[in-house]
Amino acid sequence: MTARSPLGRAPALLWVPALVAVVFLVVPLVALVVATPWASFIDDLRTPEVRAALWLSLRTSLATVVACALVGTPLAWVLARVEFRGRGLVRALVTVPLVLPPVVAGVALLAALGRSGLLGAPLRDATGLTLPYTTAAVVLAHTFVALPFYVISVEGALRSAGEAFDEAAAVLGATRWHTFRRVTLPLALPGVVAGGVLAWARSLGEFGATVTFAGNYPGTTQTMPSRIYAVYLDDPAAARTLAMILLLASVGVLLLLRNRWLTPGAAA
Amino acid sequence: MSTPFLHARLDVPGRLHATVTADAGDVVAVVGPNGAGKTTLVRCLAGLLPDSGELTVDGRSWSTPHALPRDRRVGHVVQGRDLFPHLSARENVAFGLRARGVDRRTARARATTELERLGVGALADRRPHQLSGGQAQRVAIARALVTEPRLLLLDEPFTGLDVGVAATLRVELARHLASYDGVVVLVTHDAVDALTLGTRMVVLEDGRVAQTGTPTEVAARPRTDHVARLVGLNLVAAADGAGLLAFRPSAVTLSPTEPSGSARLRWAGQVSQLTPYGDGVRVGVRTSTGQDLIADVTAAAVAELLLQPGTPVWASTKETAVVRYPVDA
Amino acid sequence: MNRPTLRTAAPVLLLALLPLAACGDDDTGAGTTDGELSGSITVAAAASLTETFEDLAEQFEAEHDGVEVDLVFDSSGTLADQAAEGAPGDVLATADLRSMERAADAQAEEPVVFATNDLVLVAPADNPAGVTGLDSLDDPDVTYVICVETAPCGGLSAEALADAGVEREPASLEPDVKATLSRVVEDEADAGLVYRTDALAAGDDVQTFDLPERLTTEYPITLLDQSRNTAVAQAFIDFVLSSAGAEVFAAAGFGTP
Repeated sequence: MTARSPLGRAPALLWVPALVAVVFLVVPLVALVVATPWASFIDDLRTPEVRAALWLSLRTSLATVVACALVGTPLAWVLARVEFRGRGLVRALVTVPLVLPPVVAGVALLAALGRSGLLGAPLRDATGLTLPYTTAAVVLAHTFVALPFYVISVEGALRSAGEAFDEAAAVLGATRWHTFRRVTLPLALPGVVAGGVLAWARSLGEFGATVTFAGNYPGTTQTMPSRIYAVYLDDPAAARTLAMILLLASVGVLLLLRNRWLTPGAAA
Repeated sequence: MSTPFLHARLDVPGRLHATVTADAGDVVAVVGPNGAGKTTLVRCLAGLLPDSGELTVDGRSWSTPHALPRDRRVGHVVQGRDLFPHLSARENVAFGLRARGVDRRTARARATTELERLGVGALADRRPHQLSGGQAQRVAIARALVTEPRLLLLDEPFTGLDVGVAATLRVELARHLASYDGVVVLVTHDAVDALTLGTRMVVLEDGRVAQTGTPTEVAARPRTDHVARLVGLNLVAAADGAGLLAFRPSAVTLSPTEPSGSARLRWAGQVSQLTPYGDGVRVGVRTSTGQDLIADVTAAAVAELLLQPGTPVWASTKETAVVRYPVDA
Repeated sequence: MNRPTLRTAAPVLLLALLPLAACGDDDTGAGTTDGELSGSITVAAAASLTETFEDLAEQFEAEHDGVEVDLVFDSSGTLADQAAEGAPGDVLATADLRSMERAADAQAEEPVVFATNDLVLVAPADNPAGVTGLDSLDDPDVTYVICVETAPCGGLSAEALADAGVEREPASLEPDVKATLSRVVEDEADAGLVYRTDALAAGDDVQTFDLPERLTTEYPITLLDQSRNTAVAQAFIDFVLSSAGAEVFAAAGFGTP
């Protein structure tokens, strides 16, 4: 089972807990596969509500990755490369959503961007626009919970890429922007992609913040997890089918990405 | 007297207080023990470390106002490897030209020429990880030279290379530097580098210049233990406090008892270490006054005197083998 | 379908009330002929019963020394599914009959309806959209929310909208009644359909409008097969069905079955 290593056998103290971890992670998934009423799988997949939810999940999760890349990459760069007072505090604040229960994140977003929220009320007075109950609100909620994952991943990549290359570029006459584009970002690309995948996965599974902030309506705000929860309230068996659809969709995308990016050391 | 090509009075609190001057075409070899401030000096010159001092290069001030690294015309070859790993050798060399607005085609052509000049033209399409240490260092030097810097900073350029590779590269570098009209600052821990490449030598100790001069002067009359060890000389303070004494290890005689003869300098001590050296043995002696001396003796002498670490021994040398010079001249 | 049986539960209810009505003493445990009630029970109850059941459990514990009531609140469907799968517990109380049916396999006795709740329309305290009743929901400027159709409150809400001929869609289908209420309390919606008890609990934070036709949900309670302490569990059910229980429910806005 294990290839012989010149260093000797892997100690039981390591591989037994490792086995426990694998079983723990895999058994529920296997159970889900077994419990899925496969007979009705295709029919369930064809219902307009499920297709709408799947399509919405796909669009909003991709939009979330784009949003994370647009603001998260610069933030990660600033945290990794610019020394300023309160940098530690900013980093701590940025990572708070990691530990925030998603529902609390939704409540916080409502307090800020709800129609009577801190920013939402002035926005509504000025333009008549309100964010809750819109697809944009779904993307905002997803970005709020996914951005910390992205920023942490990219900042780590920027740090491990090191400043020596930035300095080399500066001495060679490059501006900081030229250095960022031509040196820093390409070197951190594996971390950027990993951060994007993390953000995408986080977004795809997001439920609490979405349903609290954006609401739940088929076609506009009902993502797959929201659909699954709503169905589960009434019919757990049907919910398992939907969960399986989401699982297959996400595993499919991860497998596509895996060969290219997620294997350690694949992207040198 | 006109302003020198390079005039640097560098000041980094607690780390570096050094004045370095050089004329066009000079190669300034900077030596000193670890932590003496050699790399700090180079980084200040490149603008990578803030310092409060004065820096004039080729008639232009880089200190008032402070010039950013990208606005200085500096080439920087760092100890270790800082070639961009995601770019080919050619793209690495072209980077500085592209960053300064040279169009792609011209930049590539000049990069190729520069690589050929350094003998690595055939490797232009390789990535850094596909290059050997010596090849990578050639590309790094090409990358620095192609931007026609006024100041070329070489920070331990031969460190980490095989002895043979380093020797070849040293010879080639000497050839390239002969036709270079800016100033080269070469940080090294190898006396051979300083003696073969340098036209001036700056000895740093604790962030301050301990000695300057031509490499030959410094090698003949070292004023710090570090340089003395670098050039393989024993350096001791004269007993009367008036000056320094330098003498070669081969001029040192070891004996089990106090040697006689008036014309000899002598020290009692213990053997601290023994290393093979040429066809003899280099013996380290720690004197009772805490001075470290080295003596080159024959293997037969080691056997006869039963030398091993800890053996009490007398070291002595003839007055006529000693160079005596004042502490500061 | 258990519904007809449940509808005819009133006699059972009356019988259950008898022991408590007869004896003021707190040592009377239904199911035991003598001796003190002791030990602990776990009661799984619908989230909308949180305040009332906490109150009742406290009273019950005060009357019976040495008895402890652990309460678990969640959505009715979840609790029913857990009970059906044999989750430890002694008593199950849900917010609708449908959920209770999902636990049919674990019921030790016929469920008994102990309270009712009816649907009302609520608007934020300052009623920014000027909502006056279900008709207002067709106004394009009115943003309103209801429970998702799969939640107990959702089915009832859909019925109410259909009865009133409302054609505009809600802005959101909230996963439960508390979420629906929050939208209105937080002024993120101009109106919402919630239970009377929720509206009452929100106090001055909402304005409440009765619906033209009363739409009611029934709350059943039952002893579970897996109960390890049927004596105490039965006594608690009896207490819920007692006049003391009725008082607590009435104060919270529940109706009597």
